[in-house]
Amino acid sequence: MDILVLMKVVPDVVEELEVGPDGKSLDTSFLRTILNERDDHALEQALILKDKHGGKVTLLTLDAPDIDDVLFTALAKGADRAVKICGVESVQSTQTVVRIFSEVIAKTPGLLPVDLLLTGVSAIDDLDGLMAAPIAQQLGWPYTGVVTQVTMADKTATVIKEFAGGVRGEYDVPMPAVLGIQAAEKPPRYVPVAKVRAAMKSVTIETVDAPAVEAMAGVEVQQMAKPQVAGHAEMLEGLPEEVAGKICELLAKRGLI
Amino acid sequence: MAGNIWVLAEASRGQFSEITFELLALGREVAGQAGAPLEAVLLGSNARELAQKLGAADAVLYADNAALADPVPESAAAALAQLIKERQPAAVLVPLTNISVDVGVVLAAQLGVPFLNYCKDLKAEGGNLAATCVLYGGKMEATVTVSAKPAIIGVLPGARSADAGRSDKVAAVTDVAVSLAEQKLRFKRYLDPAAGDVDITKQNILVSVGRGIQTKDNIELAQELADVMGGAVSGSRPVIDQGWLPLTRQVGKSGMNVKPKLYLALGISGAPEHQEGMRGAQTIIAINTDAKAPIFNIAHYGATVDLLELAPALKEAVEKRKQGA
Amino acid sequence: MKHIAFQDIPVEPLRQTFVNIPPWAQIVTYVGGAAAMGVFCYGLWRHVQRWRTGKAEKVDWNWAERVKALLLYAVAQMRVVSDAYAGAMHLAIFWGMAFLAMATGIATVDWDVTYLLMDFQFLKGNFYLIYEAVADLFGLALIAGLVLAFYRRYVMKPKKLETPYPPTFGFDSAYLLLILLGVAVTGFVAEAARLAAQKLPWSAWSFGGHALAQAVWGMSQEGLVTLHQVFWTLHAVLALAFIALIPWSKAFHIFSSSASIFLHKLTPAGALAASEGVAGVTDLTWRQLVQVDGCTWCGRCQEACPANLSGQALSPKNIVLKLNGEMLHATKANGNGATARKLHGDVIAASELWACTTCMVCEQVCPVFIEQPRAIIDLRRHLVGQGEVDKGPQDALTKLQRYGNSLGQSDRARAKWTQGLSFKIKDARKEPVDYVWFAGDYASYDARVQNTTKLTANIFQKAGLDFGLLYEAERNSGNDARRLGEEGLFEMLRDKNMQAFEKVQWKNGNRIVVTTDPHTFNTLKNEYPWNGNRPSVVHYSEVLEQLLGSGKLAVARKLSGQRVTFHDPCYLGRYNNIYEAPRNVLKALGVELVEMPRTRERSHCCGAGGGRIWMEDTEKIAERPAESRVREAAALPGVTTLVVACPKDLVMFQDALKTAGLEGKLVIKDVIDLVEEATRPS
Repeated sequence: MDILVLMKVVPDVVEELEVGPDGKSLDTSFLRTILNERDDHALEQALILKDKHGGKVTLLTLDAPDIDDVLFTALAKGADRAVKICGVESVQSTQTVVRIFSEVIAKTPGLLPVDLLLTGVSAIDDLDGLMAAPIAQQLGWPYTGVVTQVTMADKTATVIKEFAGGVRGEYDVPMPAVLGIQAAEKPPRYVPVAKVRAAMKSVTIETVDAPAVEAMAGVEVQQMAKPQVAGHAEMLEGLPEEVAGKICELLAKRGLI
Repeated sequence: MAGNIWVLAEASRGQFSEITFELLALGREVAGQAGAPLEAVLLGSNARELAQKLGAADAVLYADNAALADPVPESAAAALAQLIKERQPAAVLVPLTNISVDVGVVLAAQLGVPFLNYCKDLKAEGGNLAATCVLYGGKMEATVTVSAKPAIIGVLPGARSADAGRSDKVAAVTDVAVSLAEQKLRFKRYLDPAAGDVDITKQNILVSVGRGIQTKDNIELAQELADVMGGAVSGSRPVIDQGWLPLTRQVGKSGMNVKPKLYLALGISGAPEHQEGMRGAQTIIAINTDAKAPIFNIAHYGATVDLLELAPALKEAVEKRKQGA
Repeated sequence: MKHIAFQDIPVEPLRQTFVNIPPWAQIVTYVGGAAAMGVFCYGLWRHVQRWRTGKAEKVDWNWAERVKALLLYAVAQMRVVSDAYAGAMHLAIFWGMAFLAMATGIATVDWDVTYLLMDFQFLKGNFYLIYEAVADLFGLALIAGLVLAFYRRYVMKPKKLETPYPPTFGFDSAYLLLILLGVAVTGFVAEAARLAAQKLPWSAWSFGGHALAQAVWGMSQEGLVTLHQVFWTLHAVLALAFIALIPWSKAFHIFSSSASIFLHKLTPAGALAASEGVAGVTDLTWRQLVQVDGCTWCGRCQEACPANLSGQALSPKNIVLKLNGEMLHATKANGNGATARKLHGDVIAASELWACTTCMVCEQVCPVFIEQPRAIIDLRRHLVGQGEVDKGPQDALTKLQRYGNSLGQSDRARAKWTQGLSFKIKDARKEPVDYVWFAGDYASYDARVQNTTKLTANIFQKAGLDFGLLYEAERNSGNDARRLGEEGLFEMLRDKNMQAFEKVQWKNGNRIVVTTDPHTFNTLKNEYPWNGNRPSVVHYSEVLEQLLGSGKLAVARKLSGQRVTFHDPCYLGRYNNIYEAPRNVLKALGVELVEMPRTRERSHCCGAGGGRIWMEDTEKIAERPAESRVREAAALPGVTTLVVACPKDLVMFQDALKTAGLEGKLVIKDVIDLVEEATRPS
């Protein structure tokens, strides 16, 4: 059961984000990137399936600062192969990334066939669309997103998708298929630094050149800014007992107690 | 800008979700600005009665097909694609919910156009659509021009008030035909969370706990407080993921949407997905030791005291008042 | 080989070895003795063989130190006697047995060497009488010690003596006491029978046997002959059986404990040995195997362990004995290295290992110098290597790796706390300094601790210290990541910090690193190789001691109204032997210092070390270590302040005050708070 996992990095929001001089993109001077959290879950789901069914897990990603760390960590966790697409600007719109991935998947020998293509269902910088559905469209494979559980049997994957109100839906998807992962069955596993370092010494990250693709037209950012915070809570000061008293007053005034 | 403004209505098991009406309210404004009609699109099977409730739209396009009975995104997307090809709308507003987002992205993929994501506001001006989109988990907002045709726009819950999109008018329903091939994806069944004792969407008072509650045992403190106040305990996603509260108590995008009179958020940071589920509460009081927690942006009152001390103190204070009264 | 009868009374006091024992029995005795020695040697060899299944470890053969340790701790038993009852009891048993063994040895030389080869006995006359008296004295001491031991184990029943995982066999403790008692009593009865039979004028010198002989003084000669022979035989059988069986019972601790004491750690207590982790018992080093074999089941480690006292699954004693058992019961199938059971899971549960705070009180009190924390960390290293880490610590480790601090805040924000100061602290990477202040994670990022950090900055400035920070280049020192078992992460943090230090411009060749956190202090001082450019690493209490002592910091008012107690941080006290510096600071400030019962080396850990501060309590905790400690402080009459010298102590004890309901009764202050109060201009 072979699996291809698409991963990308996004701005790390632990850092303060600032708008760059052009007024419509992020200031990259202090930007740090981190693996998209949903992609981390997609990787974990792939590894869980590998633990159960065997097979190979291949990673495909765009080159970016610190991407090697991400890839070696994933390899140390149990992925078998990592391919990095070089020669691209690190900041791309999601649909441009989709086109690059689609070309590379189609033209690079050895990436296909796989039974499943997993990627995070969404990322915090997905402005002009999500990743998985257009890739599925290119491949001609079925797609489902917001997946929180995957079981594989023969030629069919059974997936559970989240709706709202705690309700979920169960689907059968014939493989090969593309899945947009919301959460893996278990939280992403820990891999010790020593193993990552060992991976750095024993595994090479393969590289391919990025194909030239046209950006998708139709969406253009005019301006980016920090949100105007519409309001802020009125803060109640004091020790817990004092705050409790104040809350009590509020509630009484509103007839809630 | 030529073409109508469409709203993709979202109905699940015979019920419209609130966001359908929120989008109608937004769509009405945009249609007005664009000088174009507002049409609602309902895809389903034996759901014509539902279509009549969408009176806020100028017209309702109702496509009935057995393949549309179950929530299979590819079917809905294929149906929409056909309708779009026939009728050439200018824009399609798609609810950004777990149910509809897949319809939107598959549709956009089939048409080869972008899917504008995280939109919280939209207007038509100068022949184009101008959207405000939320990025980086809420840390930035982008003003975006959409010139794609059609413009497929994913709209976040809470963009407008649902009441502004409700109408007593009986809608003018047009039946439209779509022919759908067999889809590869097969919907098997709904998995409902184990029947809980409490329906948190019907509570007036919710004491909601997040990661700050730290341990399962501490939830008792929240329960005692809720009991004294005559409310119920709910939680954010991390608490449910840990198994400390059942799924029926989850508030947020994948959980319940609640509008109680009082929402007391204890140790909840206020991620966008959680805010989606509770921002409509009448009074929101947030307790979090992190003064920068996003919850404080939507709460009416807040404090940075330790919730493990506040909960028992508040319980005492409320008890005293109730005895005194 | 003669048969000496009781009637063959010597003219002067003389040792009549084998009196009343027929020659054939004498031969049997010698054969039995040889056999017993043979069996013993085989058993000893088996232990040594087991020790050798361990990994290699270099030992510093500092004979002077090691022999000194044997004298102090094996012979004089300095750690055992810290418990008066147990000390008296064990010394009596030990010295009793030792002297009686020596007496037998002397008798053997007298009979089988000097008499056999040189026709001459030296056990005669007054020398012999004194020999008899001393032997009886120690024989009685032995019995007294054994009685005390029986009483302690079966009437007093202290919890620490419970041994649910005996590495030898279940009733070993009872066996040992009984067989020794048997040897002693049969010895005295045989002596009594002989004295009664011979009625020698000098028999009162053997005062113990002589008193006992009164009970059979009137017995017939035949009766006494038989009585003597029966009890002599029993004595011989029990003694030889005891010797032969030593390697199979806990009596072996005589040798293994001595070996463990001899091999004790000579490197600094705070310097942990690296390893790849322990998956099976043969992954321990041979020296570690000797240590676990040397355990005497005394339970003092368990009794002092803060995790155990709070009701958690950990008992250092049980960990050691389980490892010992696995080693001893190793099968040939597993290369004599282990049993068929899995060490992790079957024998030792992960929860036992994660409960450890690495406070080191177990190692401190162990009479035979076993390094329990090292074994626990080695076992943790294996779990981490497998990725079997709970969510709390996993998050902390991931944040440490990514942001260089466990709080998950940007590394660029590390020095943000300095923004509240009225002066700018030097950047040690850009300007020459005498001191580099390595503040640490909690001091820099935690809102509850930042005030203390600012006070410290103000005091340093006021005292004219030429100091600087590493600003964003500082990373977590790695001490706790290492104790959690993430050796690779420790190395990464260590290397990054040392790189940052290379940029430092030291002034005048003074190279001093001052730390606020004892955990940081420990690893910077003991575990960073510094590649030859080792700075002097000090804790801020030592700097304050100097500043106050030299007058650079002037006390404006003595705080004589305040009655305080001081909590010795684990990583400052037990790990690095620094107890006086903070006390001298408090003395200089004029406070009245009252010591808690568990003071200095017995200080009771706050519970945050070993990565515990990142873990959630999953088990029901009877009383958290921090709560126990604040209650201990609050119980001191008139004491209103608990003084700490570690940011984790500050945070843990402040929380504990709330959960223990002691908020009105006690306040927690850092040493620097008192320094500020005393030196603030009027």
